Amino acid sequence: MLEVRGLTKIFGGLRAVDRASLEVAEGSIAALIGPNGAGKTTLFAAITGFDRPDEGSVRFCGADITGLPPHLICRQGMVRTFQVTQPFAQLTVRENIMVGAYLKTPERDAAAARAEAIARQLGMGELLDRTASGLTVAGRKRLELARALATQPRLLLLDEVMAGLNPSEIDALMPVIRGIRDAGVTVFLIEHVMQAVMSLAEHVYVLSYGRIIADGAPQQVAADPQVIEAYLGRGAAQRMAGAAHA
Amino acid sequence: MNRLLPLGLILLVAVYPFIFDSNFAINFGILVLFFALIGQSWNIAGGFAGQLSFGHAAFFGIGAYCSTILQLRFGVNPWLGLPASVAGGALAGALIALLSFRAGLRGSYFALITLAFAEAFRIIANSLAITGGGVGLLIPMQRSAANFQFPSRIGFYYVIAALAVLSIAVALWLKRSRFGARLAAIRENEDAARALGIDTFREKVKVMALSGGMCAAGGTFYAQYYLYIDPAVAFGVDKSVEMLLVTMIGGAGTVYGPLIGSLLLTLVGEVTRNLTEAQGLSLIIYGCLLVVIIGFLPNGLVELFRMRRRRRA
Amino acid sequence: MDATILGAAAINGLLLGGSYALVAVGLTLIYGVLHIINFAHGSLLMLAMYGVYFLLTKANVDPYAALPLMVAAMFAGGYLLYRAVIGRFSHGKDENILLITLGLAIVLENIALFFFTGDTQTITVSYSYEMVALGPALVPLPKLVSFLASLVLCGALALFIARTDAGKAIRAVAKERHGARLVGIDVDKMLAVAYGIGIACLGAAACLLMPSFYVTPTVGHLFVIVAFTIVVLGGMGSFVGALLGALIIGLTESLAGLFLGEALGQIGIPLVFILILLFRPTGLFGAGK
Repeated sequence: MLEVRGLTKIFGGLRAVDRASLEVAEGSIAALIGPNGAGKTTLFAAITGFDRPDEGSVRFCGADITGLPPHLICRQGMVRTFQVTQPFAQLTVRENIMVGAYLKTPERDAAAARAEAIARQLGMGELLDRTASGLTVAGRKRLELARALATQPRLLLLDEVMAGLNPSEIDALMPVIRGIRDAGVTVFLIEHVMQAVMSLAEHVYVLSYGRIIADGAPQQVAADPQVIEAYLGRGAAQRMAGAAHA
Repeated sequence: MNRLLPLGLILLVAVYPFIFDSNFAINFGILVLFFALIGQSWNIAGGFAGQLSFGHAAFFGIGAYCSTILQLRFGVNPWLGLPASVAGGALAGALIALLSFRAGLRGSYFALITLAFAEAFRIIANSLAITGGGVGLLIPMQRSAANFQFPSRIGFYYVIAALAVLSIAVALWLKRSRFGARLAAIRENEDAARALGIDTFREKVKVMALSGGMCAAGGTFYAQYYLYIDPAVAFGVDKSVEMLLVTMIGGAGTVYGPLIGSLLLTLVGEVTRNLTEAQGLSLIIYGCLLVVIIGFLPNGLVELFRMRRRRRA
Repeated sequence: MDATILGAAAINGLLLGGSYALVAVGLTLIYGVLHIINFAHGSLLMLAMYGVYFLLTKANVDPYAALPLMVAAMFAGGYLLYRAVIGRFSHGKDENILLITLGLAIVLENIALFFFTGDTQTITVSYSYEMVALGPALVPLPKLVSFLASLVLCGALALFIARTDAGKAIRAVAKERHGARLVGIDVDKMLAVAYGIGIACLGAAACLLMPSFYVTPTVGHLFVIVAFTIVVLGGMGSFVGALLGALIIGLTESLAGLFLGEALGQIGIPLVFILILLFRPTGLFGAGK
């Protein structure tokens, strides 16, 4: 469904993303992980039109969307959430979600109904009339998710949707994401919360210093020495193996 | 919002001249409704869509000059000149928006460039023969409804009332429509809006066109009411500031904010005029009000009503 | 087009630009450090000019002699204004500061209108009409003094910012507010000081301008657009840019007046402003947005 080939993004002299290639299959949950500063959000931004890639291409459902503006990419069915939540602060939860719903539903009452349904689906039914600025972090993450869902996407890019949540909130959100996929929306996550990655993702890509250094099933990637070194430093893989044998 | 409020308002506005029928009262009513109209036009762009403009007089002046020039130089009836003015204002709004937003101007930069455009228009109007240069244009008095000049003020009152009520209807429509929801999204967070599929550039151009057209209608009314316009009056900073003040103080982004702000400011204006001969007192008060409101009541006076309702609930 | 007329216009333009320089440099400092677009800049200049006017007419103080006093007074006024109003009421939001400085401008202008009426006031001093020959141009002495003094004061300000501890503190706050706080700089005080210095420039500018200009409550409007144009042209935070920008604007104004006539010539400045914002918002010597 999503094909990224050789994508490169350069800031000044720095290759923030360096010839990254990946594929997300329709109906799957895929994850992008990597240490802080690896370039994950930059990659998302380049895929979704917030930044122009300097090299490489992005294809979505067979169509070339490289460099298209964000609103057109959203209309094609790929929508992203933001790492630092971007609520419409002075609007209510209902109004926030309606903005997303209006993409495919021009009529006000229908959009409101859709917004309410999605809010309930995500457990936000009680908060519909609350102003977005009054939500907790967990609430805002859900709102971000709800808004994106309201646009009836085919592919949902979630940027660290679990960040800032406590363990019980994380546990509550995971089935929600699975539910979204089961309802027919492909999901591509950037995540740091390994628990979520391990149990949700079917395919994992690892980004380090802008390059894809590994990909595969979660267990496979977790055992990959290059991945271990990216997170824990050079020689860590050997030390871990040595400690295991000692 | 309350369903009865708009109907009650229309009723009140309709019967006002029969209850308060002195020349003074009717003129007062006209002023309140006039500033409510042009304030609302600013509100559409600044309050609803978050695009603060410091040069809205550009559209006001275009409206005033458009219908007046058509009338004086080409013999076009001012009633026909009115839609022409609205079209001119809308076109100017769209053009300024196209240029500014294409260049990616936001926030303070947008405010400043609108100021520069208004100033540029003022200078042009001051220099051309067709606009009467610095002397301005005088509309010959021909009191007849057919000429958009009324034998009594009541005629003007009902015209401005109709325009003001129409502007409120537009605001109400925005509150309930997809377009309005998108504008609110753009105001709150433009990047998030784009991520949700909104073509923010196009929506902003549309709102500036709407706002410009509405403001231009006010310009035509003004020209017909006072029968005189010149570059300073039409394009001057004063008008831009008054539109902004009325809305910010009353409540930007609300339907009735401009009306409330206009009522308060016109009252203050009347009171200060009776207190002292010296000019400027009312604006000192307005300016202080603006600063205080930004500091303590960023949502304007409308917030006072909301707060009272919330406490009751 | 006679070369001497052109030359005279050019020279007058440059001198005019020099007068604008101080006004623009103050605005550049305020924008560069506080990242606020000080709408009240024009009205504060207007108040300073009235100050110079009254110092001469009521206390017989020569405008040039009044310079130290005006600079000190305007610094104090700016400092207090920031501390008491701007800093406190803006809650940090950019949009709010724009509106608050606009509100201030409205208040100041109308206070002047209320107390001083709308009459245009000018001052005449012994050297008001002394002329100096400068190449093809015959320029009034005050304009030449204004130009030279302006350059000197801009230089002094640049040195202050570059060499003194206070100046370094201000630059630190401008670049990295939180970091500055962490190393112990009293950020709020420095912001107020920066604002004060920016306004102090207006005190000096007023002393230099009054002998050859006029004052009314709305004279600030003129200077606001000119100052903003220069700041944007010069690159939003670059002193040298502001200085060069001022000279360019002065030239533009003078030459536009020459070629387009007095009425239409005024369009030079808003036109430059619009063009720069649309096509090169980082300015000619860009320090960037």
